[in-house]
Amino acid sequence: MMSNGTDKIEYVSYLEHQGKYSGLRSWIFATDHKRIALLYLYAIATFFFVGAILGLLMRFELIAPGETIMKPQTYNGIFTVHGVIMIFMVVIPGLSAVFGNFFLPILIGAKDVAFPKLNLFSWWIFIFGSILAVASQFLKSGPPDTGWTFYAPYSTTTGTSVIMATTAAFVLGFSSILTGLNFIVTVHRMRAPGMKFFNMPLFPWSIYATAWIQLLATPIVGITLLMLIAERLFGIGFFDPKLGGDPLLFQHLFWIYSHPAVYIMILPAMGVITEIIPTFCQKKVYGYKAIALSSLAIAGVGFLVWGHHMYTSGMSENARWFFSLLTFIVAVPSAIKVFNWISTMYKGSIDLKPPFLFALSFIFLFIIGGTTGLILGSVATNIQVHDTSFIVAHFHYIIFGGMGFAFFAAIHYWLPKMYGKMYNFKRANIAWGSLFIGFNLLYFPQFIIGIQGMPRRYFDYPPQFQWAQIISTIGGVILISGIILMVYNLIMGVRKGEIAPANPWNGSTLEWQIPSPPSLENFDEAPVVKENPYDYI
Amino acid sequence: MSEKGIHIEEHRDDEASKLGMWLFIFTELLLFGGLFLVYSIYRWQYPVNFHEASLELSVTIGVINTIVLLFSSMTIAMALTAIQKNNKKLALRLIAVTLLMALIFLINKYFEWGHKFEHGLYPGSDLMALLERGHLLYFSLYFFMTGLHALHIIVGMILLIIAYFKVKKDSVNSDRFVFLENGALYWHLVDLIWIFLFPLMYLIT
Amino acid sequence: MDHNKTHITEYKVLAKILLLLIFCTFLTISITSFNLAAFTVTIALLIAGVKGFLVLSYFMHLKYESLLLRILVGSIFLLFIIIVLITFIDYSFR
Ligand code: HEM
Ligand SMILES: [Cu+2]
Repeated sequence: MMSNGTDKIEYVSYLEHQGKYSGLRSWIFATDHKRIALLYLYAIATFFFVGAILGLLMRFELIAPGETIMKPQTYNGIFTVHGVIMIFMVVIPGLSAVFGNFFLPILIGAKDVAFPKLNLFSWWIFIFGSILAVASQFLKSGPPDTGWTFYAPYSTTTGTSVIMATTAAFVLGFSSILTGLNFIVTVHRMRAPGMKFFNMPLFPWSIYATAWIQLLATPIVGITLLMLIAERLFGIGFFDPKLGGDPLLFQHLFWIYSHPAVYIMILPAMGVITEIIPTFCQKKVYGYKAIALSSLAIAGVGFLVWGHHMYTSGMSENARWFFSLLTFIVAVPSAIKVFNWISTMYKGSIDLKPPFLFALSFIFLFIIGGTTGLILGSVATNIQVHDTSFIVAHFHYIIFGGMGFAFFAAIHYWLPKMYGKMYNFKRANIAWGSLFIGFNLLYFPQFIIGIQGMPRRYFDYPPQFQWAQIISTIGGVILISGIILMVYNLIMGVRKGEIAPANPWNGSTLEWQIPSPPSLENFDEAPVVKENPYDYI
Repeated sequence: MSEKGIHIEEHRDDEASKLGMWLFIFTELLLFGGLFLVYSIYRWQYPVNFHEASLELSVTIGVINTIVLLFSSMTIAMALTAIQKNNKKLALRLIAVTLLMALIFLINKYFEWGHKFEHGLYPGSDLMALLERGHLLYFSLYFFMTGLHALHIIVGMILLIIAYFKVKKDSVNSDRFVFLENGALYWHLVDLIWIFLFPLMYLIT
Repeated sequence: MDHNKTHITEYKVLAKILLLLIFCTFLTISITSFNLAAFTVTIALLIAGVKGFLVLSYFMHLKYESLLLRILVGSIFLLFIIIVLITFIDYSFR
């Protein structure tokens, strides 16, 4: 901008700002972090919807024993795409690419991320990877049927299009690495003058910790997938025991990435919740430093516990107790956060608006997911429930109940800032109710039949499990209706909703200091940095 | 500064670019790290096979390539020094020498690989399938790791060629040299990986 | 701006480092030609570590970079070593 403070810049929101391009091209070639965030939002929402429909199809297959609506091989294909879409295309980019992109720079008082062009490039790679993933479904050799984990040796021998799917995962990983890199540099170099690390709000902290995991863990899965591809192409035998390889080594490498990856999903979710709770309690967050540092602790220790996915696969006894011990240790910082949230609410002036409802249900579902995680972390109990629907219930509670609900919380919290419009509260509450009820109906029964022995990734089951499968399917329908209602409400809000004020929730962090929607460079006046970002009164 | 008028809007932060490059180097290190992990497990399981198989490689070529790479690493570091001291001609020459070294490395590698191929040793060949377990793993890792490394050499060369022209056009100069600095960092990474690859592939007892 | 205060490494220093590196290379070769059983790998890796350290410190200027960056680089190597060690908890007791 030519002017430098002497004459006031006229406010134009980023949504209306005219740059080099117009129309669609002003979006898909935008380097503004806010536009890129919306690009991710639209892409990810679409993928989520597709993935959810696939989940519902599986639910209908499972409504009765035997074949109901699909063949076994179709079921195998569907749970694989469902997993690949949900993990690599929805939850891993999810919060950090959408809300991290939009709000990380704003919350630290910056104009943009450190490398705007790289940011756009990451989005394009993401789209390219997603196209590959979708394409793997339509190749002649048939959709991959390995599950999203691509375990060797099945993945090295099955005739389905595994190469395409793993290439897709590799490309998507690359996008994730570049996003992480961008965010780390942004936090180090772009903070507003006067903002030290410990003056940052906690969402940037969590995005920062996440970015490190993205950067350091993803290359390992990248190289693993390349080895898998090489093995399929040249019969190398890194992993296939028929050729003398070691399938456990694949599992090690895969989980060296994929366990930290679950923190890529959940850390930003915790960050979102940490922003929402103080706002709706109008109270300073309890234990700021403990929350900030526990994010880093989770990221660090999270690298050392991958073996808890392999208790039953023939690891040595020593490795098993070691991983079990560390798993229990990594639970501590997560619990610290829960205590902090609850203490923040204590004696706050609580305002039950939709974002807060989602945040509360996040805590509830996360506690269920987390405590069942401890059951999985201890070797003896793990052996009983490994590869049963108990696992399915556990990780849906963590990723859908956790990350998913945090995503919904975030969109209800920040939508007025992003679009300058407000949605209908009553409809939002109804949608929340049906999501919450549907979710629990869908997944809680899976814990019970999991303990009783219902295996995971099966399209058939003995009749004694049917009662739970029926409840689950009903829950799935309620859940999907909730999603549809919520999305409808949000879209109506954006298109026809009332104009939102700059600070509808009386929040204290920097995003609420600027107009809704923000202008192209976010801060037309230098932001006022507070000692503690959550200072109310 | 002569070009005051030009960079009003441009946001320039060399520290940020450099940090970005370092972070990228971290990911590269861990990418190779995954391979080194696989290597260490299999070498531990098949020590004798790995030793026997490594005798197939010529230590001489390995040493030559090591020295070539180390030398190129020095020349590119010197190129950066030259640019910082505003000695454009020397910098251009040093970059060119570095590129030449890279080329020599690749040619050496080509002959080394070609030699193996002639003997029917290449990924997916019939001979490979007949090899003993440890031998097969050794050669698979050998081709995979040196291949990936060679790929990085090529990427590094592209970066340095771009840097060469940027120096020539003066868009890299004694005042803004972060592009060359980053290119050099990348080049040192390639060297760094080779430093570990060499004893692990060629010198197994 | 502060983009000019970079440390400039002299040509002579760089050349000396190269000589050291080449010396280390030959040292590795001569040591690994004896069979010192398990020690050979350890020594070869130690020497490689020294070489890596030289490249990082001088060629890559890490010696003159901020403490933060040096800690980060160190942690990456540490992280990798820890991951290898943990993996061996499995393999060496199987
Ligand atoms: C929208 C409602 C959803 C429904 C009805 C649903 C349903 C299911 C079902 C029935 C399975 C297969 C279980 C089995 O046979 O083993 C499954 C697996 C899975 N789901 Fe979902 N799901 C939903 C949402 C999600 C979300 C939001 C995520 C991630 C954020 C997710 C991640 C996964 C993963 C990773 C698997 C495992 C795939 C595999 O075994 O390879 N799901 N889901
Ligand atoms: Cu895990």
